[in-house]
Amino acid sequence: MGFLSAEEKGLVNGLWGKVNVDEVGGEALGRLLVVYPWTQRFFQSFGDLSSADAIMSNSKVKAHGKKVLNSFSDGLKNIDDLKGAFAKLSELHCDKLHVDPENFRLLGNVLVCVLAHHFGHDFNPQVQAAFQKVVAGVANALAHKYH
Amino acid sequence: MVLSAADKSNVKACWGKIGSHAGEYGAEALERTFCSFPTTKTYFPHFDLSHGSAQVKAHGQKVADALTQAVAHMDDLPTAMSALSDLHAYKLRVDPVNFKFLSHCLLVTLACHHPAEFTPAVHASLDKFFSAVSTVLTSKYR
Repeated sequence: MGFLSAEEKGLVNGLWGKVNVDEVGGEALGRLLVVYPWTQRFFQSFGDLSSADAIMSNSKVKAHGKKVLNSFSDGLKNIDDLKGAFAKLSELHCDKLHVDPENFRLLGNVLVCVLAHHFGHDFNPQVQAAFQKVVAGVANALAHKYH
Repeated sequence: MVLSAADKSNVKACWGKIGSHAGEYGAEALERTFCSFPTTKTYFPHFDLSHGSAQVKAHGQKVADALTQAVAHMDDLPTAMSALSDLHAYKLRVDPVNFKFLSHCLLVTLACHHPAEFTPAVHASLDKFFSAVSTVLTSKYR
C-alpha cells in the first residue's frame, strides 16, 4: 500500500472532483488569514486585511489562494510521491519565501474546515480522515527540503 | 490570546443555535477525532469505539455539557472549569497535543451541520474559544 489505500484514494478523488479549486483556494487562504492573523505576516503587500470581510473579498487573497490550491491539486495527481512532486516548491518556501512549515499545517486544517463547510454530511469521518492524511502529507512534503 | 466581546457574542450565538444537538455533535467530533487521529484512541482502551457506540455517545454528551458550561462562563473559564482542570491534570493526563485534534474536529462538525453560522469570523471565534478551554484544561499539568 502506498501513501493512501485504494479506498482512501477513491474517497479523496471522489470528493476532489466536485471541488471548485479556484473558489475553495480563495476561501481557504482567506480563512487562514482571518482565523490565524499572524499568518498575514507573509502578505504585507496584499492591501486591506483589516477585517474578516476585507480579507475574504480581497482580490489578491483570492488570486493567491487560487494559485496555492491549484498547486495542491496538481500534487494530488502524484499522491504516492508527494515529496518528489513538491521538492521544488519546498526549496522555494524555505530559501526564498522563508515560511515556517507550521503554516502548511494550519492551512491544511483550514482547507479541511472549508471542505466540511461545503460538503456537509458528505464530508463524513472516513472522508475527513483520508483528507487529513493528504494535508499532512503535503505539509510534510513542503517541509522536506528545509535546512 | 484574549476572547473579545465579539468572540464571546459569536460563540454564544453559535452554541445557542446548536441547542439540544450538542451531545450528538460532541459524539461526532469524538468519532472524527478517533478516525483522523488514531493515536487519540490510546486514551480509550476501555471503550467500544465502533460507529454508534453507546460509550462514545455518552462521552460526547459529557464533553458537550462541559462546553455548554464553558460558554455560559466565558468571563471566568479558570474558575468555571477548575474541577475539570484538576481531573485532566492529575487523573486523565491527556497529552496537550490532543486538545488541538478534538478542537479541530469540533470545528469540522459544526462546519458540516451549521454552514450558515460557520462564517470566517465565527470560525475564528470558535477556534479561539476551544483554544482557551484547552489552555485552562491543561493549565495545572505542571
